Amino acid sequence: MAVKVLYFAGLRETLGLASESVALATATATVGGLRDQLVARGAEWQPLAATRNLRAAVNQAMCSFDAPVADGDEVAFFPPVTGG
Amino acid sequence: MDSVSVREADFDIGAEIAALTAADSTAGAVASFVGLVRGSGEGVAAMTLEHYPGMTEKSLAAIVAEARQRWTLNAVRVIHRVGRLLPGDRIVLVAVSSRHRGEAFAACEFIMDYLKTRAPFWKREETDAGAHWVDARESDDEALRRWQDV
Repeated sequence: MAVKVLYFAGLRETLGLASESVALATATATVGGLRDQLVARGAEWQPLAATRNLRAAVNQAMCSFDAPVADGDEVAFFPPVTGG
Repeated sequence: MDSVSVREADFDIGAEIAALTAADSTAGAVASFVGLVRGSGEGVAAMTLEHYPGMTEKSLAAIVAEARQRWTLNAVRVIHRVGRLLPGDRIVLVAVSSRHRGEAFAACEFIMDYLKTRAPFWKREETDAGAHWVDARESDDEALRRWQDV
């Protein structure tokens, strides 16, 4: 199955990527599993593991890393928010 | 009538507050908060606000809905600017009307505290020493926790 993955702010800048389509193994069908799969790509993906208090959203709602991910979902990773 | 807006354009505080109560003679109070870009004292020359289009609007609407579950409110207006802003520029407006002042004061502060920790905006500051992404502040999480016992 495939999901759309978005990166924001400092994470987007460090990875040099705003969005991509990722083919996901069914075994990793949680937000945390997806992150682990991305981090396993190599050294340039370590920021995804190293970002302090990394946040995630599925289909534009903030969620925990054990939240499930389904085919066609939009998953976003980003640092803690700093608006207002 | 509630409204949530995310945009580059500035807002007119007087006009927004007037619109909040224009067709509503039952409101007896309006409380508002305006956030500004802090300037020269901190060496900030400019600030760029990034957001997550779609999720931003949804999360602001959810925060307003949560405030409405806690207090009886007449109308709520939230405007948050994005893009590049300069010291002294307005960033955010929260305005709340209610029958009596207590609800408006409390809901206005609640909405700001939630916005600070839940709405997907990120600030990138430009200073004399270069540009950097602003770190989240622990005090913002503490401000949020105050409401969790209320």
